[in-house]
Amino acid sequence: MRFFPDAEQREFARSLDALLTAGGTPAVIRSWATGDHAPGRALWARLAEAGVFALAVPKEHDGFGPLPVELAVAFEALGRHAVPGPLVETVAAAALLDRLGDPDTAAARLPAIASGTSLVSLCLTSLGPYALDADAADAVFVVDGDTLRLAAGAGPVQPSADPARRLSRPSGGAVVARGPGVTAAAEYAADVAALATAAQALGVGRTLLARTVAYVTQRTQFGVAIGSFQAVKHRLADTLLALEFTEPLVHGAALALAAGDEGAGREIAAAKVTAGEAAYGAARTALQLHGAVGYTDELDLSLWIRKARPLRDAWGTPAACRTRVLAG
Amino acid sequence: MDLDFDAADEEFRTEVRDWLSAQVPAVPLPSLETAAGFAAHREWEATLAADRWSVVSWPEEFGGRGGSLLRWLVFEEEYYAAGAPGRVSQNGINLLAPTLFENGTAEQRARILPPMARGEVIWAQAWSEPESGSDLASLRSTAVRTKGGWLLSGQKTWSSRAAFADRAFGLFRSDPAADRPHRGLTYLMFPLDAEGVTVRPIGRLDGKPAFAELFLDEVFVPDEDVIGEPGQGWRVAMSTTGNERGLTLRSPGRFTAAADRLTALWREHGDPADTALRDRVADAVIGARAYRLFSYRGASHVLHEEGGPAGAASSLNKVYWSELDIALHETALDLLGPYGELADHAAESPAGGAWAEGYTFSLAGPVYAGTNEIQRDIIAERLLGLPKGRR
Repeated sequence: MRFFPDAEQREFARSLDALLTAGGTPAVIRSWATGDHAPGRALWARLAEAGVFALAVPKEHDGFGPLPVELAVAFEALGRHAVPGPLVETVAAAALLDRLGDPDTAAARLPAIASGTSLVSLCLTSLGPYALDADAADAVFVVDGDTLRLAAGAGPVQPSADPARRLSRPSGGAVVARGPGVTAAAEYAADVAALATAAQALGVGRTLLARTVAYVTQRTQFGVAIGSFQAVKHRLADTLLALEFTEPLVHGAALALAAGDEGAGREIAAAKVTAGEAAYGAARTALQLHGAVGYTDELDLSLWIRKARPLRDAWGTPAACRTRVLAG
Repeated sequence: MDLDFDAADEEFRTEVRDWLSAQVPAVPLPSLETAAGFAAHREWEATLAADRWSVVSWPEEFGGRGGSLLRWLVFEEEYYAAGAPGRVSQNGINLLAPTLFENGTAEQRARILPPMARGEVIWAQAWSEPESGSDLASLRSTAVRTKGGWLLSGQKTWSSRAAFADRAFGLFRSDPAADRPHRGLTYLMFPLDAEGVTVRPIGRLDGKPAFAELFLDEVFVPDEDVIGEPGQGWRVAMSTTGNERGLTLRSPGRFTAAADRLTALWREHGDPADTALRDRVADAVIGARAYRLFSYRGASHVLHEEGGPAGAASSLNKVYWSELDIALHETALDLLGPYGELADHAAESPAGGAWAEGYTFSLAGPVYAGTNEIQRDIIAERLLGLPKGRR
């Protein structure tokens, strides 16, 4: 047993952090929110070069995977930098197409996902009617019951509470596959999506905490740093507690998925609800402790604050996750 | 990164499970917070020790199996899953023993550890004083130098198990002139039946004498019962508090077993329409899992010599398990509805009173071993780097 990231996985996370720090993600996020996808696609290409999307694609289609543990490590880094785009949806679509048992569709789509040339969105109507960033995607897949369709169009964007998450109802399109194979592949894809979302939420929470700690250390009131007040300390201690106990759940769920454990879905649900609540809690704390400046969209902090709540509810609401944890 | 145990660990798990299924008393022992229960638990400790299961992580020469932290976690999981009795000797095993391993002499280890492992000598912790709880540096009981040893005087309180225990360990002020309050303290061990010791049991919330106050009037302690150097008691004590807050005091097996029982209770009595209660059950179950995995990660770090959950990180542990314990038990009582009110010794108390007694015990968690308020200060200052301030 060696239940923590090995040297290679830590190095991978560090290199993504370096890449994303250099990539100036706040500006990329703000462009993406206005519908200017060019900087986001450029960043996407660099992430692909680093191997992020290949982790979700099997070797026979030019990938390295599927590697759920490395995906979790990568998505935590993507969350730390609030990277925009249908990241979760693309890796979930890769999982779905890989599991579908349709070699032609897989061969047509998976290499492009691995190389980063194709951004894909995915909508499971059982979880909600919207597809994320369909206007930026090269392909939008929709699963409705046991039917998989390739949508004809993105549909008008319905602005999200997080402007960098662009939602729309994909319309029409041709049927790609139908039957119990679609249902099973979609269930697996939903697990991959929930795991990646949990990891992303964990990363979002980590950044919210780090930025808030930095702020309360330099911001003074009544002549001292506000971080010296016990009420402030305890709120941040609770934020750290929530995140520290989320991380092993995320890694444990990734290992369960990698091993194909029967109970993997339950573990992913546990990780998802915990990560979502921890990130949302971190966002509430960040807003409170930054005071009024935290309530503005001018401060980059808002890019993380606004992401936390949607991530909490995407790919498995807290109620759905808790129900699944207790299901036999 | 992996969570798999090797074949030898799995074999160990099977051995533990087989032994426990043959030995765990079919009828639960009386509460260890009663005189009769204390005696029954001593016998159980001896049974455990006879087959070297009382201290699996200790070296063999002291009655252990030289097991790794990981093996210890496995043992604890099986122990609680089997519904085995609570450990009356845990103050000694979890708090004093690590201190002796780190700061004691070879003579002290050889003299003290084997009878501790066999349950022959049960230890109580004598740290708190009436005016000194989490702020240990403020304690006032004294140790005065005398020929061949020390004379202890003062009052200790909230000493767990002291109503029935044999010996105690604690901190005493040996140099009142020291320039800082936490200097000039000495760590000593003393018998509870010595001349000059008066033990007054204190009823806890449920009335059981789970702890006691100790009045000390010039109690003689020989030099051989000083742990570490005189005057260095604070440093010695700090090596113990990490253990107390950390996972050795509250092993994850205890919570995973409780979570399994809670899940069973939910399936049996839960109202599917009561989603608020369902969510609390799910959160408690998830919390136990998170604590287990967090502990495995810590043990895994230690095993691979990459630093473990020591120092300030044990404060994360302490806050988490103490709040998790309350959540598990409160939720169970709510599931039990009208039966949740019954005291653990009530004839009709569900599960032999286990939920009721566990609930009472859990309420003390955020208070002892350094209050959770103090732990949150430590987390904020040492793990997050926030500035020190007025409490």
